[in-house]
Amino acid sequence: MSLKIVVLAKQVPDTRNVGKDAMTPEGTVNRAALPAIFNPDDLNALEQALRLKDKHPGSTVGVLTMGPPRAGEIIREGLYRGADTGWLLTDRLFAGADTLATSYALATAIRKIGEVDLVIGGRQAIDGDTAQVGPQVAQKLGLNQVTYAEEILKIENRVATIRRHIDGGVETVEVPLPVLVTVNGSAAPCRPQNVRLVMKYKYATCPLERPADDPRADLYAERDYLTLNQWSVADVGGDPAQCGLAGSPTKVKSVQNIVFQAKESKTLTASDADIEGMIRELLDEKIIG
Amino acid sequence: MANYYTDHPEIGFHLNHPLMRRIVELKERGFSEKEKYAEAPVDYEDCIENYRRLLEIAGDIAANVIAPNSESVDLEGPHLENGRMIYASKTFENLEATRKAGLWGLTMPRRYGGLNVPNVVFSMASEVVSAADSSFQNIWSLQSCCDTLYEFGSEEQRRRFIPRICAGETMSMDLTEPDAGSDLQSVMLKATWSEEEGCWLLNGVKRFITNGDSDIHLVLARSEEGTRDGRGLSMFIYDKRQGGVNVRHIEHKLGIHGSPTCELTYKNARAELCGERRLGLIKYVMALMNGARLGIGAQSSGLSQEAYNEAVRYAAERAQFGQTINHFPGVYDMLSRMKAKLDAGRSLLYQTARYVDIYKALEDIQRERKLEPEERAEMKKYTRLADAFTPLSKGMTSEYANQNAYDAISVHGGSGFIMEYKCQRLFRDARIFSIYEGTTQLQVVAAVRYITNGTYLSIMREMLEEPVLGELEPLKERVASMVDTYEKSVAAVKEAGDQEVQDFLARRLYDMTGEIMMSLLILADATAAPDLFLRSAKVYVRMAEETVAGKSAYIFSFDKEELPSFRAVEE
Repeated sequence: MSLKIVVLAKQVPDTRNVGKDAMTPEGTVNRAALPAIFNPDDLNALEQALRLKDKHPGSTVGVLTMGPPRAGEIIREGLYRGADTGWLLTDRLFAGADTLATSYALATAIRKIGEVDLVIGGRQAIDGDTAQVGPQVAQKLGLNQVTYAEEILKIENRVATIRRHIDGGVETVEVPLPVLVTVNGSAAPCRPQNVRLVMKYKYATCPLERPADDPRADLYAERDYLTLNQWSVADVGGDPAQCGLAGSPTKVKSVQNIVFQAKESKTLTASDADIEGMIRELLDEKIIG
Repeated sequence: MANYYTDHPEIGFHLNHPLMRRIVELKERGFSEKEKYAEAPVDYEDCIENYRRLLEIAGDIAANVIAPNSESVDLEGPHLENGRMIYASKTFENLEATRKAGLWGLTMPRRYGGLNVPNVVFSMASEVVSAADSSFQNIWSLQSCCDTLYEFGSEEQRRRFIPRICAGETMSMDLTEPDAGSDLQSVMLKATWSEEEGCWLLNGVKRFITNGDSDIHLVLARSEEGTRDGRGLSMFIYDKRQGGVNVRHIEHKLGIHGSPTCELTYKNARAELCGERRLGLIKYVMALMNGARLGIGAQSSGLSQEAYNEAVRYAAERAQFGQTINHFPGVYDMLSRMKAKLDAGRSLLYQTARYVDIYKALEDIQRERKLEPEERAEMKKYTRLADAFTPLSKGMTSEYANQNAYDAISVHGGSGFIMEYKCQRLFRDARIFSIYEGTTQLQVVAAVRYITNGTYLSIMREMLEEPVLGELEPLKERVASMVDTYEKSVAAVKEAGDQEVQDFLARRLYDMTGEIMMSLLILADATAAPDLFLRSAKVYVRMAEETVAGKSAYIFSFDKEELPSFRAVEE
């Protein structure tokens, strides 16, 4: 059985190697000071997709990402490792999106791609750490979802068996396709770039990435696979009001540096009393509110 | 993220050498494969970019997969199970990563699934793999045996075996036997033609076979009954799928623990002839060895780099008497010499690889069409240069790797003697480099004819004609005077007119040859890239001067009558 798989991937600033100038005085991430990388959990997700492709001949893996033109690099990174195609959602109207507007854009694109069996993304991105986008996309598309996946063990008769990472252990679940899966960072690391694929795709670019006097312009005309899909809001038939800053109810009021001082942790049960106590404490401490 | 290639721009520098254009032109046959293979380059810049990208991937895997696994591989090592060798568990991870990355069959033509890269690039990849774990470099770089299979195997054999190597199957060269080490003419493994089976059958024992349980073996065996010398030996291909070869023992070694050294028993092992009968040793193994010697050069260079890195890092952190130890002359003297040997040795390695690439590419073109007279002359010139430079580069770089590993421990002081630090493994691993694929003493034997016939001398004189950076002019003059001393030393040895004296003094001449050649190379490198090599040029030339003065003094005053004091004492 061949599968059509879409991997959600994000280009993020490398917040693991934060220097002094990582934040701007306004409290936002200083993107210029940090190298842009493939979000780590998304690489775990890509590996799960590529393993399915290895196991199910004829399957295709496409990388879907949203960002400025230079985020085309994410699609190339996918192609270098064995993905078949990719789509870059890029448009000024997409800019400034919170998780709601992001998931709207991604869901709209996935609808346009059509007939997708699996959508696989990383659990969360290292810049926002929300872990919201995957579940929101599933919700918008009416897909089943499995979060915190560590391994997609098998797919038989359109039922996926997936091992999840949960507190204090693992859980194995079965879920009918189509399904959206978010993959935990503890899953198998992604395979390396393949030399032959890098040689093939190294000039693959979105039209917007290309300089006016691109020395490789002749090649693009000869080789279709060097032109990556680049979609605007209009291309995916999106509603501009639900995209980007316009579609984002989340507003950042301020960002502060905090130094954690507590040395111990607390364990709470899922009881109403414990949850209420926690909320009260967070409100009292002005951590939320 | 760490990357063993991009972290050391001194390696990539050698991709910019002017001879690279010629190498690429020959290897790519005017970029004629661009329509057929998506990965084939369309022009020179594209080709160099392909090389760079390949090396970045190798550097990434080396730093982030192979290096983190190296300690565990060293401690676990391979083991024997029912006649089969099982690698250390992390060695399998390393193999898997290199296979997924497509780092197999690098030098093979694309039509067999290879990447068609020159030896220069293969050596660079080899070097970064070795820096991470030289025991894994053994297993991985034995893929270069494929060059010999390609050169001398039939078209049908090429099509059957080469794609398998390109997909990551491993190789070995089964040469050594208990009574045939450096002296391969004594090989006794018996090859008999079986009418019944319609193939050759191999019977006997091989010893010290690196990666001896590989998928595809090249085997040196005696096919001509009743012969006793090299002319009775042929080369065979043994495919593990045939069965008949078992591992009897895996050696316990001082170093390169991850690299399995096997004793093999052949019992009616079905094999096929590669090339022509009787040419096994005199032609094919010589080709095999030359490739392997280049491989050890790369292995040595990688380890020299790692030893230097370890020493520099430690010396910058360790404080004594109120300052970090890299401020003490006794320590920075060691560090600067380590770096100078590293840079100079690497330069000699890539000079050799370039020579090999040009003549091999022309040889390959010759298989397709008749060469033009100027191409034939070019091939002859570079064959001779490669033959002269291969023993020089193998011997010098492997000795430098040992010296750097030794100095890395010295810089670490007492900590260097403790098993927790990496430098002890480097020290153990390096020790074999100056032994296998021909000991340094045998490299001297291979090089001595080019010393006495003036090949090296004329190259030195030619290189002295090249302009250098103004700042380096005085240094170049000192090298010129070293060359004069060298010429006199060679003449003095020849004048003695005694074979034993010449053999005895050959090592001194060899060391002088190597260090003067590397002085000239590092001057050229420092001229092209002062930021990278100026310091090393200054340190290295001074070091070479010290060698040349000492060795020449030894030679000038040597008298044949002194030999009895050196000769072995008969019990």
